[in-house]
Amino acid sequence: MPVGGLRSFTAVSATADNMNYHWNWSIFFELSPDGVHTYLQTLFIGTWWTLATALSAWVIALVLGSLVGVIRTLPHAGLVRLSNAYVELFRNIPLLVQMFLWYFVLPELVPKPIGMWLKQMPAASFFTAMVCLGLYTSARVAEQVKAGIQSLPSGQRMAGLAVGLTLPQTYRYVLLPMAYRIILPPLTSEFLNIIKNSAVGLTIGLVELTAAARSMQEFSFQVFEAFTGAMVIYIAINVVIVGSMRYLERWLAVPGYVGLGQPAAMH
Amino acid sequence: MFSNFDWDVIIRSLPYLFFDGMRFTCTLTVLATTGGIVLGTFLALMRLSGIAPLSILAGSYVDLMRSMPLVLVIFWFYFLVPYIGQWMTDASQPIRVGPFWSSLITFMMFEAAYFCEIVRAGIQSIPRGQSNAAMALGLTRAQSLGYIILPQAFRNMIPVLLTQTIILFQDTSLVYVLSITDFLGAASKVAQRDGRLVEMYLFAAAVYFVISFSASQLVRMLQQRLAVVR
Repeated sequence: MPVGGLRSFTAVSATADNMNYHWNWSIFFELSPDGVHTYLQTLFIGTWWTLATALSAWVIALVLGSLVGVIRTLPHAGLVRLSNAYVELFRNIPLLVQMFLWYFVLPELVPKPIGMWLKQMPAASFFTAMVCLGLYTSARVAEQVKAGIQSLPSGQRMAGLAVGLTLPQTYRYVLLPMAYRIILPPLTSEFLNIIKNSAVGLTIGLVELTAAARSMQEFSFQVFEAFTGAMVIYIAINVVIVGSMRYLERWLAVPGYVGLGQPAAMH
Repeated sequence: MFSNFDWDVIIRSLPYLFFDGMRFTCTLTVLATTGGIVLGTFLALMRLSGIAPLSILAGSYVDLMRSMPLVLVIFWFYFLVPYIGQWMTDASQPIRVGPFWSSLITFMMFEAAYFCEIVRAGIQSIPRGQSNAAMALGLTRAQSLGYIILPQAFRNMIPVLLTQTIILFQDTSLVYVLSITDFLGAASKVAQRDGRLVEMYLFAAAVYFVISFSASQLVRMLQQRLAVVR
C-alpha cells in the first residue's frame, strides 16, 4: 500500500526516550542508506524534485488558469457559469484529498486498460502530483486573472472594440497585457504557494524536499538537523523567487501606471 | 462504471467518520482559529508597535512560517513540542504530547502568521485620523486600540478571517501525515481496512466540498451585508 503517511513511529519514541537531544551537524556529510549519496545530497535531490514538480505544475496552472480566468470575464452566461463551477470545485476540496483522488481513485474510474497504464506508469507519483497541483493552482490563478481584468476600467474594453479590434484582439493587445502586470504580485505568491504545496506530494510517494528530510530523519535519527536543512533550502528558494520577481516587476512596469489598483495579495 | 461499487461501506462507517473523524477536524479548526487569531493579533500589534526589536521579531516569525510548507511545519512541531514541554516544565525527559495537542499547537502557531497579516492589513485600513482623534481625547494607547481601532478593524476583517478559517478547515486534513484520525484519516482507515478506496475518498471529497462551499457562500452573503452597513 503506497501510503507515505502511515509509517511506524518507532523513530519518534526512540528520540523521545533520550534524556537530551544530541546535536550532530556533520550528519549531512555522512553516507545515506542508498550507499551512494550523502544526506546533504539526498536533500538536494529532493530539492530538484520539488522544483521540477512545482515548475511543471506552474505551466499547467498558468495556461489553464488564464484560459478559465478569461472565460469568466466573457459576455456569455453559460460559459461563465461553467468556469465558475470549475474554480469552486478545485477551491473547496482539500489539496490532499485531490491528490488521493488523482492517485487512488482515477485509475479505478477509467476503462481498465487506461487504468492499468496509469498504475504502471514510471514516476507515477511525479506526474500525478504535477497534474493535481497544476489544476488546483489553475483555479487560484483563474481567480487572479479574472480580478486583474475586472480591475481595468471598462472603457478599455469598449475603446478596444470601438476602434475595430475583435474581442480576441481586445484581450490580446489591450486587456491582458495590463491585467498580467497588475496581478504579478499575487501571481508571485501563488508561485511560492505551488512550491510549498508540492510537499503534499509526499503522501503519494513523491520524494521531494520535505520527504527527503523526513527520510533523513528516520534513518539518521537527527530530527532537527534534517528539518533545519529542509527549512533553510525552502527559505533560500523563497528569497531567490521574491527577489527575481521584484526585478521582473520593475522591468515590466508601464511608465505612468505605477499606482494602478493593486488587488490585495491574500495568502 | 459504478456497478461493482459498495456504497454501503459509507453507511456502515458513518458514525466512525463523523463522531470520531469530523469531531476531531471541527474541534481542531475552531480551537486553532481562535488561538491563531489571538496570537496573530499580538503578532500584528508587535509588528506595528514601532519598537524595532518587537517588530523585527514578529516580522521574522511571520516570514519564517510563511516560507515553509505546512507539512514540514507539522513535522517540526511534532518533534519539537516534547522538547519545549521538557524545557518549560523542567522535566528530566521530553514530555509526551498527544496527537491532539501536537496538531493544535502546530496549527495555532502556523496560522497565527497568516492571521497576523490579515489583522495588520485590517488595522492599517483604519484611517490615521481615528487614532489621532483618540489621542486628542486623552485615551491611552491601549484604550484607543481596545475601544476605537480594533473593533472597527475586526468588523472589516470578518469576511477575510472567515475565508482563512475555511482554508484552515481544509488544511487540517494534512494531519494525515501523523496518522491522526481526523475526518480524512478516518475515511482513509476505513478505505484501507475494507479495500474501498474509491468510495471512501469520493465521499470524503464530497463532504469537504459541501461544507467548504456552503461556508464560502455564507461568507459572501455576510460580506455583502457588512458592505452595505459601511
